[in-house]
Amino acid sequence: MPLTELTAYQLAQQIKTRKISCREVTNEFLSRIEEVEPRVKAFVTVLPDEARRRADLLDKRLAGGEDIGLLGGVPVAVKDLICTRGIRTTCSSKMLENFVPPYDAHVAERLAVEGAVNIGKANMDEFAMGSSTENSAFFPTRNPWNLNCVPGGSSGGSTAAVAAQEAPLALGSDTGGSIRQPAAYCGCVGLKPTYGLVSRYGLIAFASSLDQIGPIANDVRDSALLLQAIAGYDRRDSTSINRAVPDYLASLTGDVKGLRIGVPKEFFVQGVESYVVDAVRAAIDKLCELGAEAVEVSMPSAEYALATYYIIAPSEASSNLARYDGVQYGLRVAEPGDDIIAMYSKTRAAGFGHEVQHRIMIGTHALSSGFYDAYYLKAQKVRTLIRRDFEKAFSQCDVLATPTAPTVAFEIGSKTNDPFSMKLADVCTIPVNMAGLPAISLPCGFQNNLPIGLQLIGNLLDESTLFRAAHAYEQATEWHKQRAVVEKS
Amino acid sequence: MRLTPEEVDHITLLARLELSPAERERAAGELSQILDYFEQLKQLDTENVEPTEHVLPINNVLRVDETRPCLSLEAVLQNAPEHASGMFQVPRVVEAE
Repeated sequence: MPLTELTAYQLAQQIKTRKISCREVTNEFLSRIEEVEPRVKAFVTVLPDEARRRADLLDKRLAGGEDIGLLGGVPVAVKDLICTRGIRTTCSSKMLENFVPPYDAHVAERLAVEGAVNIGKANMDEFAMGSSTENSAFFPTRNPWNLNCVPGGSSGGSTAAVAAQEAPLALGSDTGGSIRQPAAYCGCVGLKPTYGLVSRYGLIAFASSLDQIGPIANDVRDSALLLQAIAGYDRRDSTSINRAVPDYLASLTGDVKGLRIGVPKEFFVQGVESYVVDAVRAAIDKLCELGAEAVEVSMPSAEYALATYYIIAPSEASSNLARYDGVQYGLRVAEPGDDIIAMYSKTRAAGFGHEVQHRIMIGTHALSSGFYDAYYLKAQKVRTLIRRDFEKAFSQCDVLATPTAPTVAFEIGSKTNDPFSMKLADVCTIPVNMAGLPAISLPCGFQNNLPIGLQLIGNLLDESTLFRAAHAYEQATEWHKQRAVVEKS
Repeated sequence: MRLTPEEVDHITLLARLELSPAERERAAGELSQILDYFEQLKQLDTENVEPTEHVLPINNVLRVDETRPCLSLEAVLQNAPEHASGMFQVPRVVEAE
């Protein structure tokens, strides 16, 4: 079996026992990137020289008898909104096309400590705004299962890289579904951790009360492994949770006897394709065969989550993105004689793509004098109603099971003229961000050779139960063993 | 309800976005569409509901007020479009006498 088909867990084990070297592993993935990347286009920046140097250093440390960490020698693709010191970090935006961060994000430091090899910076929707990676200012990424389809978004480069075996692991970020929805479209396992579990220090901000970094992998064990490496308190993020991180790998017991699975009927209604409903229902049946029990729950406020999100996220974005003004970093556009307002306004019009400008304008309006109560404050109140629905549901069950997305991956270009139908791709994932809960997407079937995603939602800080349920389902099924065959175009 | 050209101009001024007439026209349509979509929230009674700013019960995170190592001036300025004498440089803000 080629090394690129091994899981991250297997690679780390084989490196640790010196069956293979870090250099061999890195070289294998770099060759794979060379082979398929012209068709998949998952990366904004590939880092062959840096990755080889890093692998050699790890090999040397290993030879010296050192423990090189949980991810020792495993390549990881990093979404291009996570700051990496000395390595260009673009947010897939013209605004930051030449931005080279002078510091590492907390998760980049964690990866380094745990021995990971950063193999490249993954493409995304500009500033993480989008659901298809078509909003990248540079190029769209393609779905490895079908090159005519989108990989989902906004972490589409990260999920495509993992699905195309260009990297065994990747980091993404999730504000309204940006890890889980592309994971579903690409047949990966994608986890959005509890808000506050992973530090946002050095994550380029979109909507600060919703953003969360999380792992993308080929199976549940790898997902747990990468979360283990990045989770934990960081004083540089004031919303970071200060408590001990559990041993996630220890939760992979395969035992779901007595686990209560809540099925919220509002997630199986209009707009969700029948093949998705059937696959998710079959997955719930499978978990029940394994000893879990299903209970119907109701979340009446969930249908308002999308509208709530499109007030809260753009409002926070309009504030966060005010920093791109052509002064401290990034693009500057000005003509001789321009005053500072003209410089700001030309810079921002030239540097941001259409969707980013659109969301900045929504947020600016929603926060402006006279409209704040009607929009932002109202949305924050509805957010409370959504949280209460989840609290009530979790008094009746341990995890919730829903579709991750209403459909499988759609064709590139098919929704670009109808931005509203694109937003519906996130209808099942957005409520989770509103409540700050953890949720995982994993493959549960195929339609037209495209993967379907099952979403399991957990209670606050209960990633362990999510991993346990997801792992038990995965072990009883074969979906995760299927790998995309990247067509020769 | 369609936004008026004056309302769109006000938003673009606040957002510091210089749009062409065609872009302003498109923005008016797209913003009006999403604002209509927000109307559905009026159906929900939120009279006695507290807003959620953050999902965690974390408040007033303080730190000791002491100096810590930080980036060098060189590192801070390395991405600046224009800088001079260790400062970010911008177009003139204060009118000449």
